[in-house]
Amino acid sequence: MQLSGRGVRCVRGGREVLSGLDFTVSSGEALAVTGANGSGKTSLLRTIAGHVAVTGGSIGLEGGEPELTLAEQAHYLGHRDAMKPALSVLENLLFWRDFLGGEISDAGQCLKLVGIEHAKNLPAAYLSAGQRRRLSIARLLTVRRPIWLLDEPTSALDSDGQTLFVGVTRDHLARGGIVVAATHAPLGIEAKQLRIGGAR
Amino acid sequence: MTALAALIKRDVQIALRVGGGALIGVLFFLTVVVLMPFAIGPDLALLTRLGPAILWLGALLASLLTLDRLFMADHDDGSLDLIAMSRTPLELSCAAKALAHWLAAGVPLIVATPVLGLLLNLDAGSTLAVALTLLVGTPALTFTGIIGAALAVTLHRGGLLLAVLVLPLSIPVLIFGVAASEAAISGPVSFGTPFSILAALSLISFVVGPFAAAASLRQGLD
Amino acid sequence: MTLTTTLTDLANPTRFLSLTARVLPWLTAATAILLAIGLYQSAMAPDDYQQGATVKIMFIHVPNAWLAMFVWGVMSVAALGTLVWRHPLADVAAKAAAPIGAAFTFLALVTGSLWGRPMWGTYWEWDARLTSVLILFLMYLGLMALWRAVEDPSRAARAAAVLTLVGALNLPIIKFSVDWWNTLHQPASVFRMGGPTLDRAFLIPLLVMAVAFSLLFVTLHLAAMRNEILRRRVRSLQMMQASRKAA
Repeated sequence: MQLSGRGVRCVRGGREVLSGLDFTVSSGEALAVTGANGSGKTSLLRTIAGHVAVTGGSIGLEGGEPELTLAEQAHYLGHRDAMKPALSVLENLLFWRDFLGGEISDAGQCLKLVGIEHAKNLPAAYLSAGQRRRLSIARLLTVRRPIWLLDEPTSALDSDGQTLFVGVTRDHLARGGIVVAATHAPLGIEAKQLRIGGAR
Repeated sequence: MTALAALIKRDVQIALRVGGGALIGVLFFLTVVVLMPFAIGPDLALLTRLGPAILWLGALLASLLTLDRLFMADHDDGSLDLIAMSRTPLELSCAAKALAHWLAAGVPLIVATPVLGLLLNLDAGSTLAVALTLLVGTPALTFTGIIGAALAVTLHRGGLLLAVLVLPLSIPVLIFGVAASEAAISGPVSFGTPFSILAALSLISFVVGPFAAAASLRQGLD
Repeated sequence: MTLTTTLTDLANPTRFLSLTARVLPWLTAATAILLAIGLYQSAMAPDDYQQGATVKIMFIHVPNAWLAMFVWGVMSVAALGTLVWRHPLADVAAKAAAPIGAAFTFLALVTGSLWGRPMWGTYWEWDARLTSVLILFLMYLGLMALWRAVEDPSRAARAAAVLTLVGALNLPIIKFSVDWWNTLHQPASVFRMGGPTLDRAFLIPLLVMAVAFSLLFVTLHLAAMRNEILRRRVRSLQMMQASRKAA
């Protein structure tokens, strides 16, 4: 499986945020997207996820499920965690499991893995920022999708959390997954580097 | 099907829990209907005659004003991004959200109608007629209302703008809803004609609403 | 001196819980006995020469209507307690009182319209007195919706306290406006309460029922306050559990 972009251009709000970007990531590889604030890291991830239309160039996936679009085979982990404070931790996770569909693994097991199983019946409102991030990671584990698009995945995580994140990402890559991560801090895994917006 | 059922279940749960707005709609409905006599006067005969119109206006405002944050809340916490990446088509997800909203906010309005009918001195038959037309008509309000709720996401604005956008769209529903109720109470038109048109309006909105809402949401995602 | 010590003692939720645990059984018993006596006396009271047996609805209706207003008064004092004295139990008292007050108001409305039915021929007449109670009911519901809309009780408390006080100031104005609106549209009200000319045969059961319902309110209110305190404890325990490190 190979995710690639050819001359990706993207204009948002009249401003060109991505100009002629090329990248390739294959199964088992991670791509670390770096760049200053406002350089378009988030825009690139949102473009791959299909939330922002490309203005020029193309993004394609080879060797994936032919029936599904790129977005349907990808997980997006953004700044906003898509968890409802009024629902319990487990209810939130089970909803995304049922709604996103596809290949799934045991939700309770995933909560245990990310270290918030003790809070599974409590409202998500009671979780700290780091715990919410862990819950988002549990979503990536519960529903199996080959491509992970991660926006600052380690922000708000403590050192245990970062170790945990490195562990689950390695597992994902070993299983033939693809990771594209926008980041400031080093990810802690071997990754191809893509530096954007540096010239300006 | 599991995906849509999960979405409906989640939205209904959120609406019914602390912080959810399901019952505020009924309270709003009650308040609007109680305010009317203060403007019109406590003349029961007059209130009886205006009853169906008052109930319909109240239900219209209550069901549209609670739609405000239907998509906005999902947009603000990032859920909408993930909903768009699901294997379920966005149109179906929009329809499921509209159905959930109708179940949590529309059905209580219909349940409250008999009590409010009492305040307006409607007899049992008239109350039943109004409740029946609301049962058939309020889905049309919700399903056209979601277009406005989706536009609110695109425009990053909600509240009164939504009302201004959506209220004109709901005029046909209001016309035939009130006409059907009054036909059932006093005639002279037969009940069946306006009622069938009302049902047709609902059916049309089931198709048009989700497609328009999904199209609008796709523009609003970035 | 003793009063201030009692108040400080009560301010401690733990003391409050243990104290009310001892008091509540007695209060419940007293309420049940008084209610039984009041109901018996009400049933034995003679029929009115004009209204017949329907006059007996009065024995339920009047205490409920009285409590509907009294509970708002209790909540206003509690609101002052929240805003001015920052008494730790004040917002618990205010929150616990709202649904009970709404229930009394609802019963006053239902009994009022049942009582009016034989006289008006309809269940509802926009009579000044009933309409004011209906608005009071709406205000109770609004207050409850406010409590429900905010998840953190201490944040909801201040907003609810302000609303309660504004409501307390507004209630007389609303009452006056409704009276004026009503007389503008219809001449004298069809339906007048006996007032001070009430016969002793009616007055005594009515007073007994009023005391019984007041006791009922105190009992329910203390029980609801206990529940609210426990609910908040569960909430903070849950938050502690959430912040616990995974084992």
